[in-house]
Amino acid sequence: MADRVKILTQHVNVPGIETFEVYRKHGGYASVEKALKTMSPDDVTEEVKKSGLRGRGGAGFPTGMKWSFVDKKSGKPRYLVCNGDESEPGTFKDRYLMSKIPHLLVEGMITSSFAIGANLSYIYIRGEMMYVVRIIQKAIDEARAAGFLGKNILGTGYDLDLHVTCGAGAYICGEETALIESLEGKRGNPRIKPPFPAIAGLYGNPTVVNNVESIASVPYIVNNGGDEYAKIGVGRSTGTKLISASGHIKNPGVYEIELGLPVDEFLNSPEYLGGSWKSDKKIKAIIAGGSSVPILPLELFLKNAAGEPRLMTYESLSDGGFATGTMLGSGGFFAMDEDTCIVKNTWNLSRFYHHESCGQCSPCREGTGWLEKVLHAIESGHGKQSDIDLLVDIAKKIEGNTICPLGDAAAWPVGSAIRHFRHEFEWHVANPKLAAEPGAVYRA
Amino acid sequence: MSDTTTKKIEFSPEAKALVEKYISKFPEGKHKSAIISILHLAQAEFNGWLSPEVMDYVAEILNIKPIEVYEVATFYSQYYLKPQGKYVLEVCRTGPCCLRGAEDIIEYTCKKLGIKEGETTPDGMFTVKGVECLAACGEAPMMQVGLDYHVDLTHEKIDSLLDKFKLENKVSRAFP
Ligand SMILES: Cc1cc2nc3c(=O)[nH]c(=O)nc-3n(C[C@H](O)[C@H](O)[C@H](O)COP(=O)(O)O)c2cc1C
Ligand code: SF4
Ligand code: FES
Repeated sequence: MADRVKILTQHVNVPGIETFEVYRKHGGYASVEKALKTMSPDDVTEEVKKSGLRGRGGAGFPTGMKWSFVDKKSGKPRYLVCNGDESEPGTFKDRYLMSKIPHLLVEGMITSSFAIGANLSYIYIRGEMMYVVRIIQKAIDEARAAGFLGKNILGTGYDLDLHVTCGAGAYICGEETALIESLEGKRGNPRIKPPFPAIAGLYGNPTVVNNVESIASVPYIVNNGGDEYAKIGVGRSTGTKLISASGHIKNPGVYEIELGLPVDEFLNSPEYLGGSWKSDKKIKAIIAGGSSVPILPLELFLKNAAGEPRLMTYESLSDGGFATGTMLGSGGFFAMDEDTCIVKNTWNLSRFYHHESCGQCSPCREGTGWLEKVLHAIESGHGKQSDIDLLVDIAKKIEGNTICPLGDAAAWPVGSAIRHFRHEFEWHVANPKLAAEPGAVYRA
Repeated sequence: MSDTTTKKIEFSPEAKALVEKYISKFPEGKHKSAIISILHLAQAEFNGWLSPEVMDYVAEILNIKPIEVYEVATFYSQYYLKPQGKYVLEVCRTGPCCLRGAEDIIEYTCKKLGIKEGETTPDGMFTVKGVECLAACGEAPMMQVGLDYHVDLTHEKIDSLLDKFKLENKVSRAFP
């Protein structure tokens, strides 16, 4: 228990760690010195490739590979943009990291910018987290004063300007091309890909967009080597992952886990979530990776369809595909106890996606509205039996037919809720009077 | 656009210095990128919302067409296009928070203030809004007021926060 591997959160509780001085005393900025003085940009990228680090923003794309796609031939300026939009319901790890240990992100940004050859980089943080914007601004100012940013960093000839900037309330700006539009001072409408940002991103120039946690993992990889990082974890799920846990559990909060931790241990051990928040209330369902991933009944979350215990890895959680599995996603984990109405929870999330649709493509704009409306009707006791299949049909028609994945993200929770909890929807339709009562919940 | 304002809209010298700082973060000719930050600041400076006159002023500062400002101002949920209470209580209403009593907190706060969700008290002090996940689900229920996150809310916490705001009595809006 004592020797859990901690890469990102090892020093979060050191008093004063948010200051440059204390952070530096605890080994901070060593990766910048090592990379800039002893490695080439390609060496750094190579270590990140070897580490097996996969993007922590949700999609899990290998970070080193993403960096190697960036166009270096055209001679255009290259940018690194850090995605601190963190708006996926259930996810609050990036806010935790940025507010607790801001210099870790700044250090990661310098080392990573060097790797892709960027001389100008941005950290984009959602507008609601304005106090975090100020924390990061202070860290940047301190790093600059200490000679880790600006012209000719540490006398190595490498120049980097790093700035923090903000959004103003829009989940869609977490999608990388919408984020780029927002950074250009426009509405956050996702772009049609290709071209991918690695070729034409910010101001039409080659751009890498990475999640806060991905960037914050880079200093360890550079300091210790990609091979060391790859030793942590299981198979293709290397390293540690921050999980933000909420809902009906005893110990909500942010946990840094070694990928491969048994799911049962994570959920039930007092070291982690401590099981249900109330001893007499059983947990019924889990959303394991942010609101967009399929919901699972507790049994299917703990064990796959073959009855094998699941692990906290990309592969194990997605075992069984969408029929019986889910996704690790952003690591936004929330648990629901037996008193939770799955229909109501699904309606709530559909309202979120409808509210957040940018409105560019009709399947998403109209479809999310329909999902919300029909779910609300069922939830409030005004639904018909045929509405349940109508929901499945709408979800299918959105999936794969939109410019960006928000459409899929809106469809998956509905499809999976009906797949695994159809009896709750049917109960609402069959018992309209009961369903209409506030707090109504199906009981077996 | 409207002729109701006679007083010229202009940022204070401190605010003007901030505007310069925001613009300096972006490459030559890409000053429009600063609009998101400037609109936050404008809202904090000019009574807590973005009137057409304020948006036109921002267009003038950035040397862009007013429509470019309206496009942005109407897209993002943190920009208010109508007057709001001095304190906008933005209570998270998304799934994880609802699992831990968000709806009860919204209901209690509204009842106490004698308004419905989305409304402003007649004295112009408070607006209550249900908003989407603010990335603090582990400390639910929670709300944001200006720069601050208030977490693990209870009825008692709401009572004492409202008292505190009444004493302070100033427009609370966050800017970078
Ligand atoms: C609707 C939508 C919202 C997203 N929100 C976020 C977000 O808040 N933070 C994030 O890092 N990635 C988010 N992503 C994923 C980004 O598009 C992108 O894949 C990611 O930032 C890449 O970084 P990574 O490879 O380091 O994970 C979102 C994607 C979509 C479609
Ligand atoms: S899928 Fe939805 S959010 Fe994405 S571009 Fe289309 S309308 Fe906008
Ligand atoms: S659901 Fe309320 S902060 Fe995330």
